[in-house]
Amino acid sequence: MLRFEKRPQPSQVWTYLTPLLAVVITMIAGAALFAALGKDPVAAITTIFWEPLFGEFAFYYRPQLLIKGAPLVLIAIGLSLGFRAGIWNIGAEGQYIIGALTGAGVGLAFYPMESWVIFPLMVLAGALGGWIWAMIPAILKLRFGTNEILVSLMLVYVAEKLLAAMALGLMKNPEGMGFPGSRNLRQYESAHNAELITGSGMHWGVVAAMIAVIFAYILLNRHILGYHIRLTGQAPRAARFAGVNPARLVLFCLGTSGALAGLAGMFEVAGPAGQVSIDFNVGYGFTAIIVAFLGRLHPVGILLAGLLMALTYIGGELAQSNLGLPAAAIQLFQGMLLFFLLAVDVLTNYRIRLSRSEGVA
Amino acid sequence: MDFGSINPVLLLASLMVAATPILLAALGELVVERAGVLNLGVEGMMIIGAICGFAVAVNTGSPVLGFVAAAGGGALLSLLFALLTQFALANQVASGLALTLFGLGLSALLGQGYVGIKPPPVGKLDIPLLGDIPVLGPILFSHDLMVYFGLGLVLAIWAMLKYTRAGLVLRAVGENHDAAHALGYKVVRIRVLAILFGGACAGLGGAYISLIRVPQWTEGMTAGAGWIALALVVFASWKAGRVLLGAWIFGGVTVLQLNLQAAGIAIPVEYLSMSPYLITILVLVIMSADRSRAPASLGRIFHASQ
Repeated sequence: MLRFEKRPQPSQVWTYLTPLLAVVITMIAGAALFAALGKDPVAAITTIFWEPLFGEFAFYYRPQLLIKGAPLVLIAIGLSLGFRAGIWNIGAEGQYIIGALTGAGVGLAFYPMESWVIFPLMVLAGALGGWIWAMIPAILKLRFGTNEILVSLMLVYVAEKLLAAMALGLMKNPEGMGFPGSRNLRQYESAHNAELITGSGMHWGVVAAMIAVIFAYILLNRHILGYHIRLTGQAPRAARFAGVNPARLVLFCLGTSGALAGLAGMFEVAGPAGQVSIDFNVGYGFTAIIVAFLGRLHPVGILLAGLLMALTYIGGELAQSNLGLPAAAIQLFQGMLLFFLLAVDVLTNYRIRLSRSEGVA
Repeated sequence: MDFGSINPVLLLASLMVAATPILLAALGELVVERAGVLNLGVEGMMIIGAICGFAVAVNTGSPVLGFVAAAGGGALLSLLFALLTQFALANQVASGLALTLFGLGLSALLGQGYVGIKPPPVGKLDIPLLGDIPVLGPILFSHDLMVYFGLGLVLAIWAMLKYTRAGLVLRAVGENHDAAHALGYKVVRIRVLAILFGGACAGLGGAYISLIRVPQWTEGMTAGAGWIALALVVFASWKAGRVLLGAWIFGGVTVLQLNLQAAGIAIPVEYLSMSPYLITILVLVIMSADRSRAPASLGRIFHASQ
């Protein structure tokens, strides 16, 4: 009979090993899934994980890794702060959309003026938009005690409708022959989030993600606020006695994650996506939840997890075009990863013992 | 704009239909939460129910079998959640989210061949005399069986929780799992059963959307209904009767905004279709002042050695 015995301290070794174990199990289960779909499992797995990095066209796919990874890391860093403190912002997708709308809105308002001020203003507007959208669940939670999970999630759907309204209405390109979608910001130099080094995939969003990782690391390890976040997550009662102000934490965690998600949206709309369109958002806000957990809510871990998840996006697209693997299979693959991670996580907090007789539990 | 085109009788009749999916899902989640488990995967289980029900109904030509399969599919997915939270002792919030992400992916994969197909029609009950009553007849007595099943389920769950021994044990587990364990009740077993029941109900709710309300299959078609169902449980202060009331309010808002769209009101469609989500937030704000009714062990991990 298998029995779980709670460890006095979470295992250090397993803290690092479980994400790797989860990735390996997901690869195996994924291979089985692809085989069940009638595809060669080995070819599918190598197409997803090997081809984009070392394959024939790697020069094209490697920059994509940064482009797809940056928003994931940026959002996940913000989410991880709240998740550590037990504050669940599930609506990053909505904050991402609003950040893109406010950022693009500022850019479009200046069209066709050319000035170096425009892009920094858009960055500010994007962060502010995401921040405001995240402040709604934060303030409602503090003022009325509403559940931030449900409110932030409902706001995703509201944001999606708002995006559609903007793409079809206010922000529609007046010279777009009636097609939905805004002007293309890539063709508007002052607002374009261009590659900093051509062909590298490095744009301002990537820089922002790097800075976010460094700041989060310093915050969590060297700053009293980060200590309060960790303390609240691990021992809420002790945190209260130590004088941690829970309201301030809620505002800080939700606000920061909202602002970072907004930034991610803004960098995306001004660069890789180029325009506000109905289907602009592709679920980065939700995938970032997986990234945050896979990275153990640790900034460096999140950086690695974000790159890995970006790889599954790129490899997934490749597998779609080369092997005819359905897009949904990749989505499922990412969902499985979180499942297995949560399952093997039991090893971190519990020791598994074989017990011959039923002891006194 | 033409408000005259909105028929209040038809509006109330379609309110009953619009309320049924979230009613079923919320009732399931109510039982789960009364057992002290917070399953945030309702959206995932609903969409799995929607595709399982749709696929089986299309292939067999029998909507009844479709609903059975939907309940099975939802329960099977919830079993994953039960394994994670009750045996691997994982965080319930994270596991619920995982369930939703996984369910959305899996349903999209399963549903690939079913886009654009019409499911077999579900007959409406024509209750001979009652259905002919003017006004009340079309509102109350001319629906499909699932509407009445939902109403019956409200009654059954209310009575079960209030009057039966099983209901008492379920509530005990949800209020204080350590005490229930000390009394010799199998906390984990009871919770797993509650989770499975919740999954089956969510599956039925999802199938109602794909087989009757829409009726066709599109990816992500539940569009937040599962999350609204979760909000409904909070709104109802964990009481079965008030879940029904809440479901009717949400059903009413949904139907009204659809009718306003059809009537050509001057507000763009996108803004109108925000209303169910905004109303949900509003209701949460109003109802959340009173947190005392939430089951005391809600969301806490139970481990017998502690």
